[in-house]
Amino acid sequence: MLLIIPMMWVLLTMVFILLRVAPGDPVSAAVGGKLDPTVIAARRASLGLDRPLIVQYFEYLGQVIRLDFGKTLSDNRPVLDIIRDNGGATLTLTIGAFLFALVIGIPLGLIAGRRRDSIADVLIRLFGVITYAAPIFFVGLLIQMFVARPLGLPTSGIASPRTQFMVGSAPKTHILLFDAALSGDGNAFMDVLIHHLLPCLTLGLLVCGVFIRLVRVNILQTLQSDYVEAARARGIPENKVIRDHAFRNALVPVVTVIGLQAAMLLGGAVLTENTFNWPGLGTQLVHYIEALDYPAVQGLVTFFAAIVVVVSLAVDVINALIDPRVRYR
Amino acid sequence: MNSFFGRLLAPFRNTTGLARWILVTGLIITGTFVIAAIFAPILAPYGFAQMSVAGVDFPKTSPPGPGHLFGTNNQFYDILSRVIWGAQTAISVVLLSVVLSALIGVPLGLLSGYVGRWTDRILVFIMDALYAFPSLLLAIVFAFLLQHSIGSGVISAALSLTVIYIPQYFRVVRNTTVSAREATYVEAARALGAKNGTIMGRYLFSNVIQSVPVIATLNAADAISTLAALGFLGLGIQPTDASEWGYDLSRALQDASAGIWWTGFFPGMAIVGLVMGLTLVGEGLNETINPTLRKRRFRKVTLPPRTPGREEVGS
Repeated sequence: MLLIIPMMWVLLTMVFILLRVAPGDPVSAAVGGKLDPTVIAARRASLGLDRPLIVQYFEYLGQVIRLDFGKTLSDNRPVLDIIRDNGGATLTLTIGAFLFALVIGIPLGLIAGRRRDSIADVLIRLFGVITYAAPIFFVGLLIQMFVARPLGLPTSGIASPRTQFMVGSAPKTHILLFDAALSGDGNAFMDVLIHHLLPCLTLGLLVCGVFIRLVRVNILQTLQSDYVEAARARGIPENKVIRDHAFRNALVPVVTVIGLQAAMLLGGAVLTENTFNWPGLGTQLVHYIEALDYPAVQGLVTFFAAIVVVVSLAVDVINALIDPRVRYR
Repeated sequence: MNSFFGRLLAPFRNTTGLARWILVTGLIITGTFVIAAIFAPILAPYGFAQMSVAGVDFPKTSPPGPGHLFGTNNQFYDILSRVIWGAQTAISVVLLSVVLSALIGVPLGLLSGYVGRWTDRILVFIMDALYAFPSLLLAIVFAFLLQHSIGSGVISAALSLTVIYIPQYFRVVRNTTVSAREATYVEAARALGAKNGTIMGRYLFSNVIQSVPVIATLNAADAISTLAALGFLGLGIQPTDASEWGYDLSRALQDASAGIWWTGFFPGMAIVGLVMGLTLVGEGLNETINPTLRKRRFRKVTLPPRTPGREEVGS
């Protein structure tokens, strides 16, 4: 668990080397060709980019420790503000996606595992392979065309303009879903919730294939274990054996995999957000990439790296709480 | 020659029903895309950035029909042609990135596993960090940087993908090397006075290389979708340089709400098809090559007929 600090350090160093040491200068990238060299040099000096790299490196590390991710170049906005304003949308998107993935993935995996090699098993496994193989933005596109259009569901943004105006203008938690709930306006809350539906489903489908596969294999393994055999021998009905004996143990590894999926989910969130025009961190990242804004990209990528490390740590802790075998190793 | 192919195909002949079915289906699907990629100039009715034929402009966003089998998009491009040329782009980028990452990852893994000590620790640590980082994000950062230094084309797309797959070869090769290093045949070679280079190159290499084809095909499948993702985010190949499925899908996004389905459907299905084909080949290969998963086909044994006069016990 102490590995978190060197891990973080390696990731930060990597981000720094990639975005600072690699050729390409932030200032001339952002405003190149439009200003004359002396102005560019002055800008560089004001950003501290003219100092030795080693000084910049330690300053960067120091900033990150103080949770300061720098300022954007194109609109001079602290990256922390971007994270505060847009992070909430990404958070509710990923949590919703996990809920969808669990609700779809676990029952399907359970059915496939119980009825091994049946038609249902083959179909469910095929479904898992297809959702994994299909790029998330294509799934999003298909859902927009074949689900959203007939049902009249929203496919763009996190709320309709009216709700955005009513609730978004006076943020309390900076998470629009909670703000809408706190405002006491039922319509606004429903509006935000309905906007969550399709993006969360899209991202959830990406992850549910992993859950199907995992739960299926685990059920198969636990059904062959001695304690299940013993339970059957005692005459416990098969349904009860599955529910109380096999299923519970088959679910433990799911928690581990949730942690491993965090990295995949972040990548998926970037794509989902851009498919559904979702005002989260992924759209912001792409926006600043298009603006060739090095400091903004650096700040956001640093934040993503931090999230991945923190989530994997949290999962280790939860795992130790759930599964006593992990603790005593 | 015959015996060489015989040996090459031996594991395949030993496969059982499902593994063989998976492998064959995967090979057929992947093969179709490879043929489309190689013969794109012949197979595609038009060029990937062609907007008119004989001075007559293509219709804008026309639905699939006789003139344009898959229709046209709002840039006047013929979608069937772009899908076929897209296979060429996808396969060349992925081939390049898979070969490059294996060329870097395998020797590093071999070195790290064989030398051990500090070299090993440092390399493992860096590779683990690379592996833990969201791969799409890593590819985005690299594409963003390379866009600046060498422009956006097939090479820079391949390079941004290469980085994210190196750790996978490294990990597998390193771990196999660590266990193979202590094997008796390596000890024997060392006792005979073989140099480290010889042991790594001749004895260990051929033993650790076996898992590489499986990783390579599974990585190739992943690389197809990552390449498309880069294109979708506008970080991939420019539409006039080459045809790229992901870029076409990003253009199709605005059509979806207007009920224009063909601009996104066909490039998307091409991605799904190629990814599935490669995944099936990888899974099939895994079950064929990997001895722990392999199920050998049992040869039918014919027992000699029972000789009369011998009574069965207990009957």
